[in-house]
Amino acid sequence: MAELERHDNRLGIWGWLGGGRWGVERYAYILHRLTGLGILLYFLMHIVVTSLRARGIYLWVEGGFFHRPIFKLGEFLVFAAFAYHALNGVRLVLVELGFAVGRPIDPVYPYKTSLNVQRPLLIAMMILAAIFLAAGGYEFLGLAK
Amino acid sequence: MPESAKTVREISFHVTRYNPENDRAPYIKTYTVPVHEGMTVLDGLHYIKENLDPSLAWRYSCRMGVCGSCGMLLNGHPTLACNTQILHIANADLTVAPLPNFEIIRDLVPDLAIMFDKHRSLKPYVVRTDEAEINDPAGEFYQSPEDLEAYLQYTYCIKCACCMAACPTLATDARYLGPMPLAAAQRYNEDTRDDGRRERNRQTGRAYGAFRCHYAGECSRACPKGVDPAKAIQHLKRRLVLDYLHLSRRKKPCAKLHGPGQGKPLPNIPAAPAKTA
Ligand code: HEM
Ligand code: SF4
Ligand code: SF4
Ligand code: FES
Repeated sequence: MAELERHDNRLGIWGWLGGGRWGVERYAYILHRLTGLGILLYFLMHIVVTSLRARGIYLWVEGGFFHRPIFKLGEFLVFAAFAYHALNGVRLVLVELGFAVGRPIDPVYPYKTSLNVQRPLLIAMMILAAIFLAAGGYEFLGLAK
Repeated sequence: MPESAKTVREISFHVTRYNPENDRAPYIKTYTVPVHEGMTVLDGLHYIKENLDPSLAWRYSCRMGVCGSCGMLLNGHPTLACNTQILHIANADLTVAPLPNFEIIRDLVPDLAIMFDKHRSLKPYVVRTDEAEINDPAGEFYQSPEDLEAYLQYTYCIKCACCMAACPTLATDARYLGPMPLAAAQRYNEDTRDDGRRERNRQTGRAYGAFRCHYAGECSRACPKGVDPAKAIQHLKRRLVLDYLHLSRRKKPCAKLHGPGQGKPLPNIPAAPAKTA
């Protein structure tokens, strides 16, 4: 019999985003990925920009290109992404080493899963992130002056 | 269908249809199903097949959440058709699609072979070196209730693949072993009768193994049996790290207790009655 062509039903990147009916850990996961890639992108641009000094171009001095107000916001976003990524990363390190997920239990309906067990840790980390963001916003957006 | 069952509402079933012999891509066909109290999605599919369209194909067997055949995507959630009340999840519309992340064989039938290949590759059975004892057992292995609890939750898995359909990692990485096979590996790793963990580590510790999991937790949210594969995988990762660093205590698999009839009964337990047949 000839091989029939099958439909490959893989979700692709759409499967990461999941379309809005998923739990909070799914959003934490996708945000972790976006912020990780974001700071990586920043890091690369940072190397390029600072290496320009070898050609005598200093974009970050007083009155330079990077003193436009939009870069204040950009700086804050990098800080915010880093704060979220680092704090959520601490949760992931703990969880993925088997801490804070609980021992195996007897599954009794309605099921409680390891997600419920680690949720307080997630909430604590997000509160910490909010505090960092508030403090960072105060500092970066020039409110401290 | 009992006479007394009154139709509560008509629900539009938007069902994914696909016949690889004729169709280039899956498409959606809508059927109107009169739904009564207590009707499961599986019942609804039967109604369609009996009354509206005999060509509809799907998998099922036990119709009671035991066989793991009827996993499908209901309103976007991977779950069991036989274990889902239509009126609990649908007001007027219900989408029924095959589990994603698997090729479609036809209509609502996913090809799960790739999952079972991964499952098999992790040796999902008790592995021991004393083969003679396995093939011709002369006694029982001792296992305490606490030993049992270390893996019992993971034994409830019915291989329905709902977790595999929910997993975002599998959505982009076909080689990832996935929640069901990894949870099965952890189930045997933690079994005190087993001596195969280090063998399984060679697979579960690979790039496409446990560390591909990012704890999005979707598998545990989707699992209709409360198996919590995400928990199993995180404990599996911990064990992999400890094994890699040579920090695990080396435990011998549990010993044989005694042969049939050789045990010493406790004094307060009466003797079994004589055999009657
Ligand atoms: C204190 C600092 C940091 C901590 C605690 C941290 C923690 C983590 C952890 C635990 C993961 C794995 C998450 C998972 O399993 O899904 C991860 C992924 C990642 N991190 Fe970080 N990280 C930090 C800083 C950074 C920095 C500075 C960068 C960029 C230069 C970065 C870029 C990434 C990227 C691209 C990923 C992959 C994301 C993914 O696969 O979804 N991280 N981080
Ligand atoms: S772990 Fe749960 S969702 Fe996954 S195959 Fe087993 S029973 Fe199905
Ligand atoms: S916890 Fe791991 S295995 Fe489960 S859905 Fe998320 S990435 Fe997949
Ligand atoms: S028909 Fe067996 S699990 Fe649904």
